[in-house]
Amino acid sequence: MTEVTLNQISKTFGKQTVLKEISFQLKPNTIYGLLGRNGAGKSTLLNILTNRIPASSGEVQIDGQSNINNDAALGKIYLMSEQNLYPSRMKVFQIFRQTALFYPGFDFELAHQLTAKFGLNENLRFSRLSTGYHSILKDIIALSVDADVVLLDEPTLGLDANHRELFYQELMETYADRPRTFVISTHLIEEIAGLIENVLLIKDGNLVLNDSTENLLARSYAVTGPEKQVQEYTKGLNVIGHDSLGKLRSDYVFGKLDDERILPDTVSVDGIDLKKLFINLTNRESEVH
Amino acid sequence: MVMIMQFNFNSAEPLYLQVAEQIENAIFLGSFAAKEQIPSTTEISRDFQINPATVLKGMNILVANGLIQKKRGLGMFVLEDAQEKIRTKRKDQFFQDYIVKMVVEARNLGLDQATIQSLVERGFTQE
Repeated sequence: MTEVTLNQISKTFGKQTVLKEISFQLKPNTIYGLLGRNGAGKSTLLNILTNRIPASSGEVQIDGQSNINNDAALGKIYLMSEQNLYPSRMKVFQIFRQTALFYPGFDFELAHQLTAKFGLNENLRFSRLSTGYHSILKDIIALSVDADVVLLDEPTLGLDANHRELFYQELMETYADRPRTFVISTHLIEEIAGLIENVLLIKDGNLVLNDSTENLLARSYAVTGPEKQVQEYTKGLNVIGHDSLGKLRSDYVFGKLDDERILPDTVSVDGIDLKKLFINLTNRESEVH
Repeated sequence: MVMIMQFNFNSAEPLYLQVAEQIENAIFLGSFAAKEQIPSTTEISRDFQINPATVLKGMNILVANGLIQKKRGLGMFVLEDAQEKIRTKRKDQFFQDYIVKMVVEARNLGLDQATIQSLVERGFTQE
Protein backbone atom coordinates (compact mmCIF):
# COMPACT_ATOMS: atom_id res chain seq x y z
CA MET A 1 0.00 0.00 0.00
CA THR A 2 1.39 3.30 -1.07
CA GLU A 3 0.34 6.77 -0.09
CA VAL A 4 0.92 9.73 -2.35
CA THR A 5 0.78 13.24 -0.96
CA LEU A 6 0.90 16.49 -2.88
CA ASN A 7 1.85 19.59 -0.94
CA GLN A 8 1.13 22.97 -2.50
CA ILE A 9 2.09 21.98 -6.01
CA SER A 10 2.27 24.94 -8.39
CA LYS A 11 3.44 25.02 -11.97
CA THR A 12 4.11 27.95 -14.24
CA PHE A 13 5.10 27.88 -17.88
CA GLY A 14 6.62 31.29 -18.59
CA LYS A 15 4.02 33.79 -17.40
CA GLN A 16 1.21 31.28 -17.40
CA THR A 17 0.23 29.57 -14.16
CA VAL A 18 -1.06 26.09 -14.93
CA LEU A 19 -1.43 24.68 -11.42
CA LYS A 20 -2.06 26.69 -8.28
CA GLU A 21 -1.04 25.27 -4.90
CA ILE A 22 -2.61 21.88 -5.32
CA SER A 23 -2.68 19.70 -2.23
CA PHE A 24 -4.30 16.32 -1.78
CA GLN A 25 -3.59 12.80 -0.75
CA LEU A 26 -4.24 9.63 -2.70
CA LYS A 27 -5.61 6.98 -0.38
CA PRO A 28 -4.42 3.41 -0.90
CA ASN A 29 -6.54 1.06 -3.02
CA THR A 30 -8.97 3.69 -4.24
CA ILE A 31 -10.10 4.50 -7.79
CA TYR A 32 -10.06 8.21 -8.49
CA GLY A 33 -11.48 10.16 -11.39
CA LEU A 34 -9.32 13.16 -12.28
CA LEU A 35 -11.70 15.48 -14.08
CA GLY A 36 -11.28 18.83 -15.72
CA ARG A 37 -11.78 20.54 -19.03
CA ASN A 38 -9.17 20.70 -21.77
CA GLY A 39 -6.21 22.71 -20.53
CA ALA A 40 -7.27 22.53 -16.88
CA GLY A 41 -3.87 21.11 -15.93
CA LYS A 42 -4.66 17.40 -15.50
CA SER A 43 -1.81 16.03 -17.60
CA THR A 44 0.65 18.51 -16.11
CA LEU A 45 -0.34 17.30 -12.66
CA LEU A 46 0.13 13.64 -13.60
CA ASN A 47 3.52 14.43 -15.13
CA ILE A 48 4.61 16.18 -11.93
CA LEU A 49 3.40 13.24 -9.84
CA THR A 50 5.73 10.94 -11.74
CA ASN A 51 8.60 13.45 -11.88
CA ARG A 52 8.50 13.66 -15.69
CA ILE A 53 8.40 17.42 -15.30
CA PRO A 54 9.41 19.44 -12.24
CA ALA A 55 6.96 21.46 -10.19
CA SER A 56 7.67 25.19 -9.87
CA SER A 57 7.02 24.89 -6.15
CA GLY A 58 5.65 22.41 -3.69
CA GLU A 59 6.47 18.74 -3.39
CA VAL A 60 5.19 15.26 -4.09
CA GLN A 61 5.76 12.60 -1.48
CA ILE A 62 5.47 8.91 -2.13
CA ASP A 63 5.30 7.03 1.17
CA GLY A 64 6.85 10.04 2.84
CA GLN A 65 9.73 10.43 0.40
CA SER A 66 10.22 13.07 -2.22
CA ASN A 67 9.68 11.76 -5.77
CA ILE A 68 12.53 13.80 -7.25
CA ASN A 69 15.22 11.53 -8.69
CA ASN A 70 14.05 8.81 -6.37
CA ASP A 71 13.85 5.54 -8.31
CA ALA A 72 12.58 3.54 -5.34
CA ALA A 73 9.68 5.93 -4.84
CA LEU A 74 8.95 6.28 -8.55
CA GLY A 75 8.89 2.50 -8.97
CA LYS A 76 5.70 2.44 -6.91
CA ILE A 77 3.88 4.65 -9.37
CA TYR A 78 3.15 4.27 -13.08
CA LEU A 79 1.86 6.80 -15.59
CA MET A 80 0.10 5.77 -18.78
CA SER A 81 -0.01 8.92 -20.88
CA GLU A 82 -0.81 10.08 -24.38
CA GLN A 83 2.88 10.48 -25.11
CA ASN A 84 4.46 7.63 -27.01
CA LEU A 85 7.76 6.91 -25.32
CA TYR A 86 8.78 3.79 -27.19
CA PRO A 87 11.19 3.46 -30.12
CA SER A 88 9.11 2.99 -33.23
CA ARG A 89 10.98 -0.15 -34.33
CA MET A 90 10.53 -1.94 -31.02
CA LYS A 91 8.11 -4.86 -31.05
CA VAL A 92 5.27 -5.27 -28.55
CA PHE A 93 6.87 -8.18 -26.67
CA GLN A 94 10.15 -6.27 -26.50
CA ILE A 95 8.34 -3.31 -24.99
CA PHE A 96 6.98 -5.62 -22.28
CA ARG A 97 10.52 -6.86 -21.55
CA GLN A 98 11.86 -3.33 -21.42
CA THR A 99 9.11 -2.28 -19.02
CA ALA A 100 10.00 -5.24 -16.78
CA LEU A 101 13.49 -3.77 -16.33
CA PHE A 102 11.95 -0.84 -14.47
CA TYR A 103 9.06 -2.77 -12.93
CA PRO A 104 10.54 -6.19 -12.06
CA GLY A 105 7.15 -7.52 -10.94
CA PHE A 106 5.67 -7.01 -14.43
CA ASP A 107 2.93 -9.62 -14.88
CA PHE A 108 3.77 -11.20 -18.25
CA GLU A 109 0.98 -13.74 -17.90
CA LEU A 110 -1.65 -11.01 -17.54
CA ALA A 111 -0.08 -9.04 -20.39
CA HIS A 112 -0.29 -12.08 -22.70
CA GLN A 113 -3.90 -12.73 -21.71
CA LEU A 114 -4.77 -9.12 -22.44
CA THR A 115 -3.03 -8.99 -25.83
CA ALA A 116 -5.08 -12.06 -26.79
CA LYS A 117 -8.34 -10.52 -25.57
CA PHE A 118 -7.69 -7.24 -27.37
CA GLY A 119 -6.38 -8.94 -30.49
CA LEU A 120 -2.96 -7.27 -30.28
CA ASN A 121 -0.17 -9.11 -32.12
CA GLU A 122 2.91 -9.07 -29.89
CA ASN A 123 5.25 -9.37 -32.87
CA LEU A 124 4.18 -6.06 -34.39
CA ARG A 125 6.45 -3.07 -34.23
CA PHE A 126 5.22 -0.07 -32.26
CA SER A 127 5.13 2.08 -35.39
CA ARG A 128 2.77 -0.38 -37.10
CA LEU A 129 0.06 0.01 -34.46
CA SER A 130 -2.97 2.27 -34.97
CA THR A 131 -3.83 5.06 -32.52
CA GLY A 132 -6.29 2.76 -30.79
CA TYR A 133 -3.74 -0.01 -30.41
CA HIS A 134 -1.14 2.44 -29.11
CA SER A 135 -3.58 3.14 -26.30
CA ILE A 136 -4.38 -0.57 -25.85
CA LEU A 137 -0.69 -1.46 -25.59
CA LYS A 138 -0.10 1.25 -23.01
CA ASP A 139 -3.22 0.20 -21.10
CA ILE A 140 -2.04 -3.41 -21.02
CA ILE A 141 1.30 -2.28 -19.63
CA ALA A 142 -0.42 -0.08 -17.04
CA LEU A 143 -2.50 -3.02 -15.80
CA SER A 144 0.46 -5.42 -15.80
CA VAL A 145 3.07 -3.39 -13.91
CA ASP A 146 3.42 -4.02 -10.19
CA ALA A 147 3.06 -0.36 -9.21
CA ASP A 148 0.80 0.46 -6.26
CA VAL A 149 -0.41 3.64 -7.92
CA VAL A 150 -1.41 3.64 -11.59
CA LEU A 151 -2.21 6.89 -13.34
CA LEU A 152 -4.20 6.62 -16.56
CA ASP A 153 -4.27 9.71 -18.75
CA GLU A 154 -7.00 9.26 -21.38
CA PRO A 155 -6.73 5.45 -21.39
CA THR A 156 -9.50 5.01 -23.95
CA LEU A 157 -8.20 7.46 -26.55
CA GLY A 158 -8.97 6.01 -29.98
CA LEU A 159 -10.62 2.87 -28.60
CA ASP A 160 -13.94 1.72 -30.05
CA ALA A 161 -16.92 1.09 -27.75
CA ASN A 162 -16.20 -2.65 -27.47
CA HIS A 163 -12.59 -2.13 -26.50
CA ARG A 164 -13.49 0.63 -24.05
CA GLU A 165 -15.90 -1.70 -22.29
CA LEU A 166 -13.36 -4.53 -22.33
CA PHE A 167 -10.72 -2.24 -20.88
CA TYR A 168 -12.89 -1.12 -17.97
CA GLN A 169 -13.93 -4.72 -17.31
CA GLU A 170 -10.31 -5.81 -17.18
CA LEU A 171 -9.53 -2.85 -14.95
CA MET A 172 -12.19 -3.94 -12.47
CA GLU A 173 -10.99 -7.53 -12.59
CA THR A 174 -7.36 -6.70 -11.93
CA TYR A 175 -8.45 -4.23 -9.23
CA ALA A 176 -10.33 -7.06 -7.50
CA ASP A 177 -7.36 -9.43 -7.83
CA ARG A 178 -4.84 -6.92 -6.62
CA PRO A 179 -6.35 -3.77 -5.11
CA ARG A 180 -4.28 -0.66 -5.77
CA THR A 181 -4.82 3.00 -6.47
CA PHE A 182 -5.93 4.12 -9.91
CA VAL A 183 -6.29 7.70 -11.08
CA ILE A 184 -8.27 7.90 -14.32
CA SER A 185 -8.33 11.07 -16.34
CA THR A 186 -10.86 11.00 -19.16
CA HIS A 187 -13.40 13.16 -20.94
CA LEU A 188 -15.84 10.27 -21.23
CA ILE A 189 -17.23 10.81 -17.74
CA GLU A 190 -20.34 8.67 -18.16
CA GLU A 191 -18.15 5.63 -18.79
CA ILE A 192 -16.31 5.90 -15.47
CA ALA A 193 -19.13 7.33 -13.35
CA GLY A 194 -19.86 3.94 -11.78
CA LEU A 195 -16.34 2.86 -11.11
CA ILE A 196 -14.67 5.86 -9.54
CA GLU A 197 -14.97 6.10 -5.80
CA ASN A 198 -13.54 9.58 -5.53
CA VAL A 199 -13.57 12.67 -7.72
CA LEU A 200 -10.73 15.17 -8.09
CA LEU A 201 -11.91 18.15 -10.10
CA ILE A 202 -9.48 20.70 -11.48
CA LYS A 203 -10.65 24.01 -12.82
CA ASP A 204 -8.28 26.67 -14.11
CA GLY A 205 -5.37 25.07 -12.28
CA ASN A 206 -7.18 24.88 -8.94
CA LEU A 207 -8.34 21.74 -7.20
CA VAL A 208 -11.98 22.64 -6.62
CA LEU A 209 -13.40 19.27 -5.54
CA ASN A 210 -12.00 16.27 -3.72
CA ASP A 211 -14.82 14.11 -2.45
CA SER A 212 -16.47 10.74 -2.90
CA THR A 213 -18.69 10.32 -5.94
CA GLU A 214 -21.52 9.33 -3.66
CA ASN A 215 -21.25 12.45 -1.50
CA LEU A 216 -21.10 14.70 -4.54
CA LEU A 217 -24.17 13.23 -6.17
CA ALA A 218 -26.07 13.25 -2.89
CA ARG A 219 -25.84 17.06 -2.83
CA SER A 220 -26.49 17.76 -6.49
CA TYR A 221 -30.00 18.60 -7.62
CA ALA A 222 -32.04 19.62 -10.62
CA VAL A 223 -34.99 21.80 -9.69
CA THR A 224 -37.42 21.80 -12.59
CA GLY A 225 -40.70 23.55 -13.29
CA PRO A 226 -42.15 26.88 -14.40
CA GLU A 227 -39.42 29.51 -14.55
CA LYS A 228 -40.79 31.87 -11.92
CA GLN A 229 -41.49 29.23 -9.29
CA VAL A 230 -38.15 27.50 -9.84
CA GLN A 231 -36.26 30.74 -9.39
CA GLU A 232 -38.20 31.58 -6.27
CA TYR A 233 -37.40 28.18 -4.83
CA THR A 234 -33.67 28.31 -5.65
CA LYS A 235 -33.11 31.95 -4.70
CA GLY A 236 -29.99 32.29 -2.58
CA LEU A 237 -29.01 28.63 -3.08
CA ASN A 238 -25.80 27.61 -4.84
CA VAL A 239 -27.17 27.47 -8.39
CA ILE A 240 -24.33 26.29 -10.64
CA GLY A 241 -26.20 26.41 -13.92
CA HIS A 242 -29.53 26.06 -15.62
CA ASP A 243 -31.29 24.88 -18.75
CA SER A 244 -34.40 26.50 -20.19
CA LEU A 245 -37.01 25.40 -22.64
CA GLY A 246 -39.58 28.13 -23.21
CA LYS A 247 -40.91 29.00 -19.76
CA LEU A 248 -39.77 25.69 -18.33
CA ARG A 249 -36.55 25.83 -16.39
CA SER A 250 -34.14 23.52 -14.58
CA ASP A 251 -31.83 25.08 -12.03
CA TYR A 252 -28.88 22.92 -11.03
CA VAL A 253 -28.09 23.28 -7.36
CA PHE A 254 -24.88 22.06 -5.76
CA GLY A 255 -25.02 21.98 -1.99
CA LYS A 256 -27.80 22.11 0.53
CA LEU A 257 -31.41 22.80 -0.35
CA ASP A 258 -33.46 24.87 2.10
CA ASP A 259 -35.74 22.45 3.91
CA GLU A 260 -37.81 25.35 5.23
CA ARG A 261 -38.99 26.26 1.77
CA ILE A 262 -42.22 24.83 0.47
CA LEU A 263 -41.85 23.06 -2.85
CA PRO A 264 -44.71 24.03 -5.18
CA ASP A 265 -46.64 21.13 -6.78
CA THR A 266 -45.45 22.22 -10.19
CA VAL A 267 -41.77 22.04 -9.24
CA SER A 268 -39.82 18.81 -8.95
CA VAL A 269 -36.45 18.09 -7.38
CA ASP A 270 -34.34 15.33 -8.89
CA GLY A 271 -30.73 14.25 -8.65
CA ILE A 272 -28.28 14.77 -11.50
CA ASP A 273 -25.57 12.55 -12.85
CA LEU A 274 -21.83 13.09 -12.65
CA LYS A 275 -21.53 14.37 -16.21
CA LYS A 276 -24.21 17.01 -15.71
CA LEU A 277 -22.59 18.06 -12.44
CA PHE A 278 -19.21 18.29 -14.15
CA ILE A 279 -20.49 20.38 -17.05
CA ASN A 280 -22.18 22.85 -14.76
CA LEU A 281 -19.30 23.09 -12.30
CA THR A 282 -16.75 23.70 -15.03
CA ASN A 283 -18.66 26.27 -17.06
CA ARG A 284 -16.79 29.53 -17.06
CA GLU A 285 -19.11 31.51 -14.80
CA SER A 286 -19.95 28.94 -12.13
CA GLU A 287 -18.17 28.77 -8.82
CA VAL A 288 -17.81 25.82 -6.51
CA HIS A 289 -18.68 26.34 -2.89
CA MET B 1 -26.11 -12.93 -16.41
CA VAL B 2 -25.15 -9.87 -18.38
CA MET B 3 -28.65 -8.76 -19.28
CA ILE B 4 -30.32 -9.84 -16.06
CA MET B 5 -29.38 -6.56 -14.47
CA GLN B 6 -29.48 -3.06 -15.76
CA PHE B 7 -28.01 -0.02 -14.13
CA ASN B 8 -28.77 3.55 -14.91
CA PHE B 9 -25.69 5.67 -14.40
CA ASN B 10 -27.71 8.78 -15.16
CA SER B 11 -30.27 8.05 -12.51
CA ALA B 12 -30.71 10.19 -9.45
CA GLU B 13 -30.88 6.99 -7.45
CA PRO B 14 -27.53 6.09 -5.86
CA LEU B 15 -25.83 3.21 -7.59
CA TYR B 16 -25.56 1.07 -4.46
CA LEU B 17 -29.35 1.21 -4.06
CA GLN B 18 -29.73 0.18 -7.69
CA VAL B 19 -27.45 -2.77 -7.03
CA ALA B 20 -29.59 -3.82 -4.06
CA GLU B 21 -32.79 -3.41 -6.06
CA GLN B 22 -31.55 -5.30 -9.09
CA ILE B 23 -30.44 -8.27 -7.04
CA GLU B 24 -33.65 -8.16 -5.03
CA ASN B 25 -35.65 -8.15 -8.24
CA ALA B 26 -33.69 -11.11 -9.60
CA ILE B 27 -34.45 -13.01 -6.38
CA PHE B 28 -38.12 -12.03 -6.59
CA LEU B 29 -38.37 -13.25 -10.18
CA GLY B 30 -36.60 -16.47 -9.29
CA SER B 31 -33.47 -15.82 -11.35
CA PHE B 32 -31.50 -16.35 -8.16
CA ALA B 33 -33.30 -19.19 -6.38
CA ALA B 34 -33.39 -19.98 -2.66
CA LYS B 35 -30.14 -21.40 -1.28
CA GLU B 36 -28.37 -20.62 -4.54
CA GLN B 37 -25.26 -18.53 -4.80
CA ILE B 38 -25.57 -15.08 -6.32
CA PRO B 39 -22.84 -13.55 -8.51
CA SER B 40 -19.84 -12.30 -6.56
CA THR B 41 -19.00 -8.67 -5.96
CA THR B 42 -16.15 -9.04 -8.43
CA GLU B 43 -18.38 -10.50 -11.14
CA ILE B 44 -20.95 -7.73 -10.86
CA SER B 45 -18.21 -5.12 -10.59
CA ARG B 46 -16.51 -6.46 -13.70
CA ASP B 47 -19.58 -7.05 -15.85
CA PHE B 48 -21.16 -3.68 -15.15
CA GLN B 49 -18.04 -1.60 -14.44
CA ILE B 50 -19.15 -0.60 -10.99
CA ASN B 51 -16.74 0.00 -8.14
CA PRO B 52 -16.65 -3.13 -5.94
CA ALA B 53 -17.15 -1.00 -2.83
CA THR B 54 -20.44 0.21 -4.32
CA VAL B 55 -21.54 -3.33 -5.16
CA LEU B 56 -20.66 -4.47 -1.65
CA LYS B 57 -22.63 -1.63 -0.12
CA GLY B 58 -25.67 -2.74 -2.11
CA MET B 59 -25.19 -6.37 -1.07
CA ASN B 60 -24.90 -5.37 2.57
CA ILE B 61 -28.38 -3.84 2.39
CA LEU B 62 -29.71 -7.22 1.29
CA VAL B 63 -27.80 -8.93 4.08
CA ALA B 64 -29.30 -6.48 6.58
CA ASN B 65 -32.78 -7.15 5.14
CA GLY B 66 -32.31 -10.87 5.61
CA LEU B 67 -32.43 -11.76 1.91
CA ILE B 68 -28.90 -13.05 1.41
CA GLN B 69 -26.26 -14.48 3.66
CA LYS B 70 -22.52 -14.55 3.49
CA LYS B 71 -20.88 -17.94 3.73
CA ARG B 72 -17.29 -17.42 4.64
CA GLY B 73 -14.93 -18.18 1.81
CA LEU B 74 -17.74 -19.21 -0.53
CA GLY B 75 -19.78 -16.12 -1.31
CA MET B 76 -23.30 -14.80 -0.93
CA PHE B 77 -26.31 -17.14 -0.90
CA VAL B 78 -30.05 -16.50 -1.19
CA LEU B 79 -31.87 -17.27 2.04
CA GLU B 80 -34.69 -19.78 2.06
CA ASP B 81 -37.47 -17.28 2.72
CA ALA B 82 -36.04 -14.38 0.71
CA GLN B 83 -38.63 -14.48 -2.06
CA GLU B 84 -41.48 -14.57 0.46
CA LYS B 85 -40.01 -11.61 2.34
CA ILE B 86 -39.79 -9.59 -0.86
CA ARG B 87 -43.35 -10.50 -1.77
CA THR B 88 -44.61 -9.33 1.64
CA LYS B 89 -42.66 -6.11 1.38
CA ARG B 90 -43.94 -5.35 -2.09
CA LYS B 91 -47.53 -6.04 -1.05
CA ASP B 92 -47.10 -3.57 1.79
CA GLN B 93 -45.73 -0.99 -0.61
CA PHE B 94 -48.27 -1.58 -3.35
CA PHE B 95 -50.62 1.14 -2.17
CA GLN B 96 -47.86 3.74 -1.92
CA ASP B 97 -46.02 2.68 -5.08
CA TYR B 98 -48.97 2.30 -7.44
CA ILE B 99 -52.31 3.53 -6.09
CA VAL B 100 -51.17 6.88 -4.74
CA LYS B 101 -49.37 7.71 -7.99
CA MET B 102 -52.34 6.58 -10.05
CA VAL B 103 -54.75 8.78 -8.11
CA VAL B 104 -52.45 11.81 -8.53
CA GLU B 105 -52.31 11.25 -12.29
CA ALA B 106 -56.06 10.60 -12.46
CA ARG B 107 -56.74 13.92 -10.74
CA ASN B 108 -54.39 15.72 -13.12
CA LEU B 109 -56.29 14.18 -16.02
CA GLY B 110 -59.69 14.86 -14.52
CA LEU B 111 -60.61 11.16 -14.39
CA ASP B 112 -63.15 10.42 -11.66
CA GLN B 113 -63.25 7.47 -9.28
CA ALA B 114 -65.89 5.57 -11.25
CA THR B 115 -63.82 5.81 -14.43
CA ILE B 116 -60.72 4.56 -12.64
CA GLN B 117 -62.67 1.67 -11.13
CA SER B 118 -63.93 0.62 -14.54
CA LEU B 119 -60.39 0.87 -15.92
CA VAL B 120 -59.13 -1.36 -13.10
CA GLU B 121 -61.87 -3.88 -13.92
CA ARG B 122 -60.89 -3.78 -17.57
CA GLY B 123 -57.28 -4.37 -16.56
CA PHE B 124 -58.24 -7.54 -14.69
CA THR B 125 -60.36 -8.97 -17.50
CA GLN B 126 -57.61 -8.36 -20.04
CA GLU B 127 -55.26 -11.26 -19.53
